[in-house]
Amino acid sequence: MCGSDKKLGDIRALILVGGYGTRLRPLTLSRPKPLVEFANKPILMHQIEALVEAGVTQVILAVSYRAEDMEKELTEQVSKLGVTLTFSHETEPLGTAGPLALARELLSASPEPFFVLNSDVICEFPFKDLAKFHRSHGKEGTIVVTKVEEPSKYGVVVYKENGEIEQFVEKPQEFISNKINAGMYILNPSVLDRIKLQPTSIEKEVFPFMAKDEQLYAMELQGFWMDVGQPKDFLTGMCLYLTSLRQKNSDMLHEGDGVVGNVVIDPTATIGKGCRIGPNVTIGPNVVVEDGACIKRSTILRGACVRQHAWLDSCIVGWRSVVGRWVRMENCTVLGEDVIVKDELYINGGQVLPHKSIALSVPEPQIIM
Amino acid sequence: MLKAVILIGGPQKGTRFRPLSLDTPKPLFPIAGLPLIQHHIKACKRLASCKEILIIGSYTTTTMAQFVNDMQIEYSPVIIRYLQEFTPLGTGGGLYHFRDQVRAGNPTAFFLLNGDVCADFPLEELWAFHEERPNALVTIMGTEATRQQSIHYGCMVQEPTTKAVTHYVEKPSSYISTLINCGVYVCSLQIFHTMADALQKEKTGFYSNGQGSPPPGYMSFEQDVLSPLAGTNKLFAMQVGNWWSQVKTAGSAIYANRHYLELQPRPQRQPGHVLPHVHVHPTADVDCTAVIGPNVSVGEGVTIKAGVRIKESIVLNNATINEHALVMYSVVGQGASVGEWSRVEGTPSDPDPDKPFAKMDNVPLFNSEGRLNPSITVLGSGVVVPAERIVLNSIVLPHKQLSRSFKNEIIL
Repeated sequence: MCGSDKKLGDIRALILVGGYGTRLRPLTLSRPKPLVEFANKPILMHQIEALVEAGVTQVILAVSYRAEDMEKELTEQVSKLGVTLTFSHETEPLGTAGPLALARELLSASPEPFFVLNSDVICEFPFKDLAKFHRSHGKEGTIVVTKVEEPSKYGVVVYKENGEIEQFVEKPQEFISNKINAGMYILNPSVLDRIKLQPTSIEKEVFPFMAKDEQLYAMELQGFWMDVGQPKDFLTGMCLYLTSLRQKNSDMLHEGDGVVGNVVIDPTATIGKGCRIGPNVTIGPNVVVEDGACIKRSTILRGACVRQHAWLDSCIVGWRSVVGRWVRMENCTVLGEDVIVKDELYINGGQVLPHKSIALSVPEPQIIM
Repeated sequence: MLKAVILIGGPQKGTRFRPLSLDTPKPLFPIAGLPLIQHHIKACKRLASCKEILIIGSYTTTTMAQFVNDMQIEYSPVIIRYLQEFTPLGTGGGLYHFRDQVRAGNPTAFFLLNGDVCADFPLEELWAFHEERPNALVTIMGTEATRQQSIHYGCMVQEPTTKAVTHYVEKPSSYISTLINCGVYVCSLQIFHTMADALQKEKTGFYSNGQGSPPPGYMSFEQDVLSPLAGTNKLFAMQVGNWWSQVKTAGSAIYANRHYLELQPRPQRQPGHVLPHVHVHPTADVDCTAVIGPNVSVGEGVTIKAGVRIKESIVLNNATINEHALVMYSVVGQGASVGEWSRVEGTPSDPDPDKPFAKMDNVPLFNSEGRLNPSITVLGSGVVVPAERIVLNSIVLPHKQLSRSFKNEIIL
């Protein structure tokens, strides 16, 4: 009682993977979104590792797409963490609440509350604090909220000083609050009684009722938060994540010749002479960056090659792609898997589908199939 | 004894060559490492019988002095002089005005060359052709153009056996002939009588049409001399297949650059990694990791740093291209500088290689929707492009320090 945390018991978490990840195409044409590496680690692994640290022993993935690939790859990685991975497969898309009903049996197997999170979320995961706060108020559910600059793009949460939520307002026209639903919750199994097994929106059809019954609380997130479901936000999230690494003095950050600002470079990558890498760059395993290349605010995925004197700013270079010599790429250019960009081209905001060879410049944003 | 006359216009002419012509008169703009009209002078020098070259234009004598002096030294004993028109007198007026200079020393005939044409000048053949025809007052060097493009030039209809020009129209509004006037001629001295007659007809115009009409002495060689001569058996044309082009815009300078480079003999050793058809001035400093060419002229005192890529471009004196930058389809002005990793890129407007005899289309600066037509990028003299920027299809006036990237813009 005094000092030590009450043992949490068998804690479960449900991660809403769901969709086809269409906004993160062309990357998601080759790999399911949760497996796309964010700062050199699949997004899902960032989340699962944080859950495990908070005492989670079983993770349920609510999926509707490419479960087999994910199953194989993840089960191996996750078992090392001492956690069981279960797949809850939606045969039709069930929205943001339906998957909970689908996994009802698993989730209500114990009286302990369970975590729910959106698979696109990256932040300094607050699961331990969330559980503590939830226990302290003793109501049915707690949502993590985060402060954003443009709340009208999202659903806004209005709550009292003690955290009790009063209402949800979708995309408000006038400013009401700058706190939005951060896509992470902790819920008691009794919430499952409120959810039917059909396409259901948790923000529209569950939470408002819980709020009316004074059963829903909000906890403010500390630190950065990003929904990395599309390339622009993926890169912004990467910058925020790298900044948080810097604040924690992480040794994951790379120092050295030609490195500027916050940079993560996998040890198997090779960087040539006279390069400038950073700020805000992540370089994956087996990547080759040749002499004289300049990379800023970008993610270079496994096995890619950036050739001599190329200049990249705000790009995602897909697995095994090759960026030719003297190429200039900018403005959220995304190369899918195994794309070849020939020497001396200019790509401005191009979205290039996998296995494509680009021989002409793309001076204005375009999708190249 | 033969002479040559090179007509070069003046600062009011050649405005499509701006901003390059804001710093350097177009006739002196270096192409393949030599001022434009030096190529004409070189061609004349190859003819042993050519003893004097007169350059006629309305640039001030001071503007031309240094160049003329340099040419005088390089091509001695050929006499090279510049004659300044007191006022722009058209393509014929200046020549007529200075007729005594041309006739001095009693040359048998003289070549007349437009200063803004580029070619593999076949002066020997032209002279031989002219000599064979004692009646000929003027022999015009002609070349073939496409039907659509021919109307932008002087069109000639020629009698197939005698090669006499039976009909001549300058820039007709409808198709006449695919044989066009290259702006290179051989003229007999009697041409001045013809020109005197043409002037007579003009003299009345000035005083009756008031302010704004061309001054007395103004004459268009094409319209006032060649056109009336057609059909009199005194005007002839020699059709050649040699490469020929005009230099009207920066784009055509890049095109001419390539062809003059191809005509030059290959030098023995080049600095850096050099692809074919490149001219690098001996005082230029080119890093050995830079890749230059094809079709690049690098001027005096230029600095090209490590990892630079230049192609299809002209880099003028004392410019600096910093590390890893890329320059293509561009003209980099004197003393301009391109920052590290920057990209300076234009769009070529070369003639269609699939159409035989196609010439450059000199498209207007803006298209019908008022947007800038993609063209060769020009950095005026002293322009500074900071590091990591892109300048695409843009024209930057001299001494502008850019602070950001630009695309499809004219930057004043």
